[in-house]
Amino acid sequence: MVEVYRGGEAEVRIYEDFVEKIRRRKRYRIRELDEEIRKKRTRAEARIISQARKAGVATPIILDVENDKIVMERIRGDELKDVMNEELCREVGKIVAKLHSAGIIHGDLTPRNMIYSEGKIYVIDFGLAFHSHEVEAKGVDLHVFIESLKAAYDNWERLKEAFLQGYLESGGSEEVLERLKEIEQRGRYIER
Amino acid sequence: MIALGIEGTAWNLSVGVVNEKEVLVLENSPYIPPSGGIHPREAAQHHSEEIGKVLKKVFSKIDPEKIDLIAFSQGPGLGPCLRIVATAARTLALKLEKPLVGVNHCLAHVEVGKWTTKAKNPVAVYVSGGNTQIIAKRGKRYRVFGETLDIGLGNAIDKLARYMGLPHPGGPRIEELAKMGRRYLKLPYVVKGMDLSFSGVVTAAQKYYDAGEKKEDIAYSFQETTFSMVAEVSERAMAFLELDELLLVGGVGANKRLQEILRIMCEDRGAKFYAPPKELMGDNGAMIAYTGLLMYKHGYETKIEDSRVLPNFRIDEVEIRW
Repeated sequence: MVEVYRGGEAEVRIYEDFVEKIRRRKRYRIRELDEEIRKKRTRAEARIISQARKAGVATPIILDVENDKIVMERIRGDELKDVMNEELCREVGKIVAKLHSAGIIHGDLTPRNMIYSEGKIYVIDFGLAFHSHEVEAKGVDLHVFIESLKAAYDNWERLKEAFLQGYLESGGSEEVLERLKEIEQRGRYIER
Repeated sequence: MIALGIEGTAWNLSVGVVNEKEVLVLENSPYIPPSGGIHPREAAQHHSEEIGKVLKKVFSKIDPEKIDLIAFSQGPGLGPCLRIVATAARTLALKLEKPLVGVNHCLAHVEVGKWTTKAKNPVAVYVSGGNTQIIAKRGKRYRVFGETLDIGLGNAIDKLARYMGLPHPGGPRIEELAKMGRRYLKLPYVVKGMDLSFSGVVTAAQKYYDAGEKKEDIAYSFQETTFSMVAEVSERAMAFLELDELLLVGGVGANKRLQEILRIMCEDRGAKFYAPPKELMGDNGAMIAYTGLLMYKHGYETKIEDSRVLPNFRIDEVEIRW
């Protein structure tokens, strides 16, 4: 049995013990451009997953990397979005602080990209991750996660608070939180 | 009901008249700079000299008494140009004793696109000189899910065209040259989540020109790179929002290769691709008239004292009541 998920960029195939993430050919891109992008992104993602592990963040172990394919360990557990609470949200804050300290911006933080398994939170998708030490990038990273909380939970305000607490406790900077406030004020993000 | 709409946020001064079903009249007076790019003051000068003539042409085709409301593009756009348009609209509304409706320019692009295609709830890709945005409706607002972090795609194309000595408008000329391009020259491909950036691509392309690469190959490489970036963020937005319609609007949307790239992307995801007719794709008065009509029918009216121009008017500031 294989479960297949098709995202915007990649296809995820979930097998019994492992998971394949494949960046399939995009017909809309000319071949030279397409191959270059898929290869580069696949390599970058695999590298960032390893770096995140070294920074103390739980991720699946990478079993193999081919041109456009990453094969990784399958993490069995609950999707974080289904078991979310304040305590776990605080944990997520700690995880994000660790990533940011290592200069990793996740780029797509949502409870859907995390699995809770045997007392640990695994971050499973680094498809949009990149390297940066900039305050802006970190602020946007936090903002994306908070937006996803807002969309999914009625008690998002308390979850947000726990998340930011965790972030500060594990070395996230006040400066990033200040920038987050600024980002929230910008036109496109204002909730009405 | 019949609405007259005035558009003039940038280079094109245009007046359109529509009813619920179709465009009745559309008259344009595009500003073409003698050299270089568009200077806001010069464009405004052009608009103020031309607006009388354009209206005269319109009223030779339709009796002013038949018009029920006056709509105008209130923003976003170039301040001096917007002020000419707003002044003309206020004058007409007072003279004809008809209600006035201020319209968001970006919203008008999306609404006229939906009106003239079968798109129901699309992700809209709005690509013009000044704007490049990925827009979709969430609740009662259109929201911008992705956009350019620096310049609009049309502006990027114009910059490259001017640098290679091509006359205005650069877009169609780059498109023609690109058809003869054969060799792909590597350019930066800058996608950040659902946002894009074009200025680095322009600089890199200009360097190829300085290094003596062929214009054809540069144009080809530039289009393939930037259009693929647009397709990628569009696809990401459709996946994220779980929508299966894509609507292309804005002046750059007239580019056939851009249409082809987006169509292929949609085919491969089992989604539908829509683009309005060419004359309603770029800035035009009909889209303002139609959106004004829609708004007026849902209780919108702009009092003269509230009709000041809004150069930074964002699409999510308008509540969608229809």
